[in-house]
Amino acid sequence: MFAHEFFRNALLAGTFVALACGSVGYFVVVRAQVFAGDALSHVAFTGALAAAAAGIDARVGLFAATIAVALALGAIGGVRTRQPADDVTIGIVFAWVLGLGVLFLALFSSGSGAGDGLLGARALFGSIFGLSTADARLAAVIGVAIFAAILAIARPLLFASVDPGVAAVRGVPVTILGLVFLALVGATAAEATQAVGALLLLGLIAAPAGAAHRLTSDPYLALALSTGLAVLAMWLGLILSYAIPSLPPSTAIIATATACYLLAFLFSSRPRGGQRSARLHSAPDTVHRLAQN
Amino acid sequence: MLISTSAVVAAGPSLNPLSDLRQLTAYPFMVSALEAGTIVAGMAAVIGWFMVLRRQTFAGHTLSVMSFPGAAGALLIGLSAAAGYFLFTAIAALIIGAAAGTQTRRRQHGQEAAITGAVQAFGLACGFLFLSLYQGVLGNYESLLFGSFLGITHGQVLALALVAAVALALLAIAGRPLLFASLDEGVAQVRGVPTRTLSLGFLLLLGLAVAETAQITGALLVFALLVAPPATAQVLTPRIGLSLALSVLIGVLVTWVGLALAYFYEYPVGFYITTVAFVAYVLARVARARGDNPSPFTSKRALPAQEGA
Repeated sequence: MFAHEFFRNALLAGTFVALACGSVGYFVVVRAQVFAGDALSHVAFTGALAAAAAGIDARVGLFAATIAVALALGAIGGVRTRQPADDVTIGIVFAWVLGLGVLFLALFSSGSGAGDGLLGARALFGSIFGLSTADARLAAVIGVAIFAAILAIARPLLFASVDPGVAAVRGVPVTILGLVFLALVGATAAEATQAVGALLLLGLIAAPAGAAHRLTSDPYLALALSTGLAVLAMWLGLILSYAIPSLPPSTAIIATATACYLLAFLFSSRPRGGQRSARLHSAPDTVHRLAQN
Repeated sequence: MLISTSAVVAAGPSLNPLSDLRQLTAYPFMVSALEAGTIVAGMAAVIGWFMVLRRQTFAGHTLSVMSFPGAAGALLIGLSAAAGYFLFTAIAALIIGAAAGTQTRRRQHGQEAAITGAVQAFGLACGFLFLSLYQGVLGNYESLLFGSFLGITHGQVLALALVAAVALALLAIAGRPLLFASLDEGVAQVRGVPTRTLSLGFLLLLGLAVAETAQITGALLVFALLVAPPATAQVLTPRIGLSLALSVLIGVLVTWVGLALAYFYEYPVGFYITTVAFVAYVLARVARARGDNPSPFTSKRALPAQEGA
């Protein structure tokens, strides 16, 4: 299995994509911004196709589109309410961006010949086994950068997520942190599109994080667990897909991540249901501890 | 997905509304498309109105993409696509509804969204699997995701009308308690409204509407018709009846304009519909920002005070 170069590349890129998704995902769930993550992942599709239609590197389009829309979503809401855009605004914006994606798909298809359907499919569903060594290395570097950025802002971000009011009083720049975080979600979406595709990457963001959020109320443990589960899902998915040739890698990865969540759900709902994971949001001790150090 | 009739039509719009209209309705396929589009837009506008009011946009989007694995799965085992659509959206609606039911409302919002997100990604992953099992390489994923107004038969239009009638009738029966539960769940619960049953029922209804709409607009673009016209209407007026009517009107107009543009110019209909819907929403927001009346729907409590729900 490891003798094949495509598999080694997939493993390298996949590991760091999962690292980024798992760590960013935990905050996405804690901040209840899964829908924003969903929107940004669909924006990635438009970005990739816009780049293709313009004839530039897909990655430029991916990162430019997702980060720009992320900042726009943060700004739309941020001006008046200091909250990120509400879900109706997000929904309308991203429905339109998807419509734009269809336009770019048509523009691109009319420009070139047969291979174009494949490009659209790749943007939507990923092609982790098709990465070159250079692609994989770049993906790994970006993955590490996102992970490092999340770790760097983890403490104030957590504080701002659990209790924005108290955090603001304590001098945490809540609005800017929100914007930076959304930009990171955008970058993660762009990064993960290459591996699992624009339509599926939400699973890698939401499922491991949801599972970790369910299993423990300690935020740092949950962050570690979420990242770990994402990487685990990635590895298992890649191995499964290698073993069963008719199973596409993206499907295998997302199915494994979903299975993690399902297990966490069954495991955590037996003893005293949702109360355990609810504790994080209401826990005065968490806020207190965060405020102290 | 493209209405590529430029060979037949050649001429662009003459900008004379009457002759343009005659040209639009000259071909049976276009008449069917307009009929189907009108039915779908009207129903999506009404059900979407409640979806926007209940802040269930994410659930709505998830249900709408579920039609992709539904159609792909049906294709794989040789069922009719409609059966697959309805089956998958119904399953997803039940899972999301059940998950929402086990959580206490505000506190667990993140967790509920995580479940919805996991369901969505898993469903899409299944769709991808079905499609690749079916054809080896992806063939016709585009029309499943982005829809096709072409080749709608008269029988399909009748079926659409029937489902729309059933969905709207159900909504008419449950409308009043649903409105109450959507505006103030706590008070509704105290007054004996079965909010959990209503919530689950509404998700199922949303799934039905979405499965229906997706057959025409594709899995990814249903959502534009579900969210944009109602949101525009709710920005424009606080009055419930007027807002519902406006929502339908905007939805139908957006669809007509989108179809007409796609007919006269070469780009995909999905692009035109989403763009027109988006522009309408932005105009509504700008118009409201210029006038000084406060947003009626951003604070949910404002509504019953003005309307006495």
